[in-house]
Amino acid sequence: MNELLGFAVTFASVCFALAMLLAAIRMFRGPAAQDRVLALDALYMNGLLLLLVLGVRSLSSAYFDMALLIALFGFVGTVALAKFLLRGEVVEP
Amino acid sequence: MSELPAWAAVPAAILLVAAGLLAAIGALGLARLPEFFMRMHPPAMSSTLGAGCVLLASMLVSSAVEGRPVLHALLITLFLVITSPVTAMLLARAAVYRRGRRTREPS
Repeated sequence: MNELLGFAVTFASVCFALAMLLAAIRMFRGPAAQDRVLALDALYMNGLLLLLVLGVRSLSSAYFDMALLIALFGFVGTVALAKFLLRGEVVEP
Repeated sequence: MSELPAWAAVPAAILLVAAGLLAAIGALGLARLPEFFMRMHPPAMSSTLGAGCVLLASMLVSSAVEGRPVLHALLITLFLVITSPVTAMLLARAAVYRRGRRTREPS
């Protein structure tokens, strides 16, 4: 039964790594700036999920805190970049 | 993970495989679709349903290991559910604002 879970963890890790690679390709190729921001959003989301899968594999709870921090700072970064694209300034007077 | 019971291992394995497939398909759509407003949709699939599957699997496994309900992961789920529409809406508004420029890929 635990070989099944180990296989699932490996499969999910490979899938998330592939997703991160594809998002990185989109981030380098993206024709417009909003494509790059969207790809960065997808990249940190997949990294967060990969960290959670590693937490399932190693049964440690430290990965939870890392994933939560990535979610927080990734959200702030994406909102700041989108605000910059929208208005030309992040913090307006 | 040698003492993990079957009632937690089998659903966790199914959820992890489903989440991996969802994330791979979402990233493939992000890399392949031709226009920005089409490309906005596939990552939403992996960031809502994929994240839900992974966090449910993580809650199942850690609850089975510790022998009590462990609900930390609900925090991340709640945060993602709140923030994902906000980023999508801000990016869509930025793209609409910048639409006159280059949005189609030079192929």
